[in-house]
Amino acid sequence: MARELWKGNEALAEAAVRAGAEAFFGYPITPQTELLEYMARRMPELGRTFLQAESEVAAIHMVYGAACAGVRALSSSSSPGISLMQEGLSYLAGSEVPCVLVDIMRGGPGLGNIQPSQSDYFQLTRSAGHGDFHPLVLAPATVQEAVDLMYGSFELAFGWRTLVILAGDGTLGQMMEPVEMPPMRALAVERPDWALTGAAGRPPRVISSLYLDAAELEESNLRLQAKLRQMAATQQRWEGFCVEDADYLVVAFGTVARIAQSAVRAARRAGIRAGLFRPVTLWPYPRQPLEAICPQLRGVLVVEMNGGQMVEDVRCVVRERVPVRFLGHLGGVIPMPDEIEAELAQLVSLSGRAALS
Amino acid sequence: METIYRRPALLADLPTHYCPGCGHGTVHRLVAETIEGLGIGSRTICVAPVGCAVLAYKYFVLDCCVAAHGRAPAMATGLKRVLPDRVVFTYQGDGDLASIGGNEILHAALRGEPITVIFVNNGVYGMTGGQMAPTTPLGMRTTSSPLGREPRQQGYPIQLPELLATLPGVAYAARRSTHSVAEIRRARQAIERAFTAQLRGLGLGIVELLGACPTNWQVSPGEALEFIQQVMLPVYPLGEFKVAAELGA
Repeated sequence: MARELWKGNEALAEAAVRAGAEAFFGYPITPQTELLEYMARRMPELGRTFLQAESEVAAIHMVYGAACAGVRALSSSSSPGISLMQEGLSYLAGSEVPCVLVDIMRGGPGLGNIQPSQSDYFQLTRSAGHGDFHPLVLAPATVQEAVDLMYGSFELAFGWRTLVILAGDGTLGQMMEPVEMPPMRALAVERPDWALTGAAGRPPRVISSLYLDAAELEESNLRLQAKLRQMAATQQRWEGFCVEDADYLVVAFGTVARIAQSAVRAARRAGIRAGLFRPVTLWPYPRQPLEAICPQLRGVLVVEMNGGQMVEDVRCVVRERVPVRFLGHLGGVIPMPDEIEAELAQLVSLSGRAALS
Repeated sequence: METIYRRPALLADLPTHYCPGCGHGTVHRLVAETIEGLGIGSRTICVAPVGCAVLAYKYFVLDCCVAAHGRAPAMATGLKRVLPDRVVFTYQGDGDLASIGGNEILHAALRGEPITVIFVNNGVYGMTGGQMAPTTPLGMRTTSSPLGREPRQQGYPIQLPELLATLPGVAYAARRSTHSVAEIRRARQAIERAFTAQLRGLGLGIVELLGACPTNWQVSPGEALEFIQQVMLPVYPLGEFKVAAELGA
């Protein structure tokens, strides 16, 4: 199939359509609005459900309702909208109803701005709502990867009965890149055995996150925790660049990883054996592969478009074995390759054992 | 012997958790009777609220889900949009629907979602122990309006069906009561109309039902029925405020 030029937000929307999304509910917010606008045109022409909700709160509860019927439902938003959706995310998690959500992150806190950011890392991986749960969080770095991850997201969501969140920053949503779109998938005909469809010829089903009895709620939580541990053990995904012989590792996710890759190349030209570790899953964090690389390292540099969020996961793995430095920009300021390279040079002098190639 | 009354098959044979004299038992029965009478039980989905009726799913022998506080109309919208041939209803209290869920019910009504809304108004937050609701009559003492609801401090009670009746998306809007046999019979008819509006695809149907809350009104179950007539009815007149022409007179 030919490669076509697609804008990130619209590519995500078309990928969801081709992945078999039957219902989209959303609310306009920059920088993800093109996704909603695309769905407004595309879903009705395929006889599928599109609805602009009155708020992000309503949108996620509409997704919850549609997903209770066992259909592939999704929403998309950006940081302040995700904050509003947290209520629904918690209910979805508590009742293990699967759905997909896109967060095209912008600067915060508060109204912040509409520039690219990665400052929802904690929100998405640690506290997507009240109670004990984690969504599966995927962080594409290119428009093609966004398409590919979206295409597989409903299998993950339904397979694990979990919430899947695709986390991109405003850059990814807004930029255009060549994309090879996957083929249109036929819609699922069979509904899962928990779906609400009206109790015709079977006992009634209930979808609830309510367990008034303490022991019952603990039991439900322990089941959820066991599932999360299983996901953590099997779903860690990452990509590396020049990792094999690296003494110094740059860790970055999403579009920042692409900038970091330029810096790693430049550092290599300057004689520093640098490599790039790019988590594709933010939760579960790819701890095992990072741990496996650790013994060969002399230092780690974490670069993020936030005040230092993922760096905590990296420090959990690396501990005090080698220095872990952090370079962050906030508010929509994008890190440049030369400053990452300068930080790498600092790291090398700090660790005092510059590797000469 | 001739059977003149039986428990509707769609109402589970269980003791409820409701307080003695609570209006929910009566309304549950009316809803179950109506769904059974219309023969739609095998294609009806209930969206339960947060509040005293949160356990409604235990009593209705139907597919059920439990919404977050106030979000039942949004959840029902999601269900109905992907299952247009099913019957979807929400069962909500006054704090759930008229306060925290005000935006969700307003916009579901504006969109004319063909869903049915069963709205039980007892003028207080029951589950949390009798706090002031948007529906609390002026002057009424509650645990969060201990000196009585005073409009300059706490605003005015909301008459929701009257408000929603002004919207073109609403096919049926009525208020009925559960304080007497005659009113219960009228309530049954109103609930049937609200479901019929959905079955005919006419738009949103809502019935507000005045229900007793003896526990939080701090009166006996018998006195609570008097309370409805003396305190609630002057604020909440009974009637049909919108009846789509296609529903007949």
